Amino acid sequence: MYKSNAFDPAFREERNRQFRAQVERRIDGQLTEDEFKPLRLMNGLYLQLHAYMLRVAIPYGTLSGAQMRQLALLAEKWDKGYGHFTTRQNIQYNWPKLKDVPDMLDALAEVNLHAIQTSGNTIRNVTADHFAGAAADEIEDPRPIAELIRQWSTDHPEFQFMGRKFKIAVSGAANDRAVLKAHDLAVKIVRNDAGEIGYQVLVGGGLGRTPMIGKVLNDFVAADDLLPYIESVISVWNQLGRRDNKYKARIKITVHELGLEKIRELTEERFKQVRPTFGGADQALFQDIKRHFAAPDFRAGSTEAFDAAYGSDPVFRAWADTNLAAHKAPGHAIVTISIKKHGATPGDATAAQMREMAAIAEEYAYNELRISHEQNVILPHVHKNDLPAIHARLKAADLATANIGLISDIIACPGMDYCALATARSIPVAQEIATRFDDLKMEHDVGHLQIKISGCINACGHHHVGHIGILGLDRAGVENYQITLGGDATETAAIGTRTGPGFAYDEIVPAVERIITAYLEQRDSAEETFIETYRRVGMDPFKAALYPAAEKKVA
Amino acid sequence: MARAFTPKVVTANDLLEGDVIYLTASGDWTRSLSEAELIQDEAEAQLRLLEAQSQAKIAVGAYLADAKAGENGPEPTHFREDFRRKGPSNYAHGKQADTKEALEDV
Repeated sequence: MYKSNAFDPAFREERNRQFRAQVERRIDGQLTEDEFKPLRLMNGLYLQLHAYMLRVAIPYGTLSGAQMRQLALLAEKWDKGYGHFTTRQNIQYNWPKLKDVPDMLDALAEVNLHAIQTSGNTIRNVTADHFAGAAADEIEDPRPIAELIRQWSTDHPEFQFMGRKFKIAVSGAANDRAVLKAHDLAVKIVRNDAGEIGYQVLVGGGLGRTPMIGKVLNDFVAADDLLPYIESVISVWNQLGRRDNKYKARIKITVHELGLEKIRELTEERFKQVRPTFGGADQALFQDIKRHFAAPDFRAGSTEAFDAAYGSDPVFRAWADTNLAAHKAPGHAIVTISIKKHGATPGDATAAQMREMAAIAEEYAYNELRISHEQNVILPHVHKNDLPAIHARLKAADLATANIGLISDIIACPGMDYCALATARSIPVAQEIATRFDDLKMEHDVGHLQIKISGCINACGHHHVGHIGILGLDRAGVENYQITLGGDATETAAIGTRTGPGFAYDEIVPAVERIITAYLEQRDSAEETFIETYRRVGMDPFKAALYPAAEKKVA
Repeated sequence: MARAFTPKVVTANDLLEGDVIYLTASGDWTRSLSEAELIQDEAEAQLRLLEAQSQAKIAVGAYLADAKAGENGPEPTHFREDFRRKGPSNYAHGKQADTKEALEDV
């Protein structure tokens, strides 16, 4: 796990001290809200529908047990006893009071955490494959790159007041679990024909109002060129990106308007100027960072306790079948802890649950936890023989839902239950879909299916890349939900296609049910997943199921 | 032709707590929409909004929200204001979860 050098704590302490004074000046009236707002946003503090909201960065989604415990403390001491894990691997507290926020930031600093650059037109918290360093299909752990980018981008003077925010994701595996192609810039670790490791750089992806799939800007950037190359890309966009219209300010629009070729040419030109300014200090730092991410000393030993439980306990077997993934070390597995209990708010964990996950990580999982963009918690390294004990502990903590990758493992943004930007609710829609399919006992039969729900066009819930995407809008003063089908968040990323007119709040769950019924009728075997069936048969059968009356009219 | 004026309340968030607050007829702030002043006149609404905006040490982001007269005072006309009045709908835990307005509808 990364241990920060002397610079980080000193920088955070100074920032927290400044922010404490800014809060005091706001409260005693020396600062107006217009003056204070950009200052609080720089420190992750929003004012939402019902309360302030503090967004805390979890760099590349990685936490130690002690850090998770501290997140629990914040939830209990200064919030309503829970935290919300987000689609950017952050945690949000929905109920802090203004006066308490400086104390919360100080408490975070004690465990090397902060809320810097979790808002504003800066380079945001860098996200990573949540299986990084553990996955069997990985070339190299991408987190050292994420940490290098974090250090370089934190308070970078050129990139503090850009035309819009800038989101970066990294991955080192063939399977994309970090939604690389939906990011402003993404780095994918690759190996060339000579066997050398380098970086594929993608650019111009993004969801929101104008969804775009990221494109390959450079197939192979050498290790020591990566940081200057990224700086060149952002620098080109920072100069050319539109500042006249915030909806056209993201790099995806710049790439779209100028063309990928032009961006590549401008980046190369800029790179010639930028590259000589990197004298090798970044590489020395990178080598140092890499040492901190060395894999733990994986223990050996038999897996007979796992095998016995798998053979004899059907509840354990169901959980193991859905919530485990292949680990690179023999005898080990990656555990995904579902924060999606049927009927609960996706991504919400109580302080007690956070503490129990911290304890399990410390006792069994090499003291490591991850937050996934899918709003679940990961134990990246677990010896299989410990899984029965872990499962029992998770069951007792109400954390053993066996639904990873299934219909109730829904991404949902906070929506109008919390968010000031929302145009409709998303959490209750997720709750009702999960409850409905659990009642029907259809979930395991339906199999792998990703539903993603956003409560406004900004698409924090990634609805465009959901197999079934749901977008909540305000249509003439009532909530209305548009459905898209065929979205894909992986290496074969695709934007979903709209089915047609939207559905009222009380019609959206029945509409999803009709889509599922159509899928079950159309699939050629129980092995064909929803997305495979959709790709084979296209939109028509689903449209017919969704809009039976309209079909009749045409006929 | 300009759109006819519809009744409004002045609403904002409390600076210290973040709670949803409403301006009353006496110029104080309340957490209950039912105790807010329902303003029937456009010029009056603008004046009351200015008055609210001048109270920067109490209220953040004051604006005029549509409302209608109900049996027990003003009621929201749009679902966003209804959620602001009651708190989150995913489960009852908002600051307003125990206010009388939230309980009325349960």
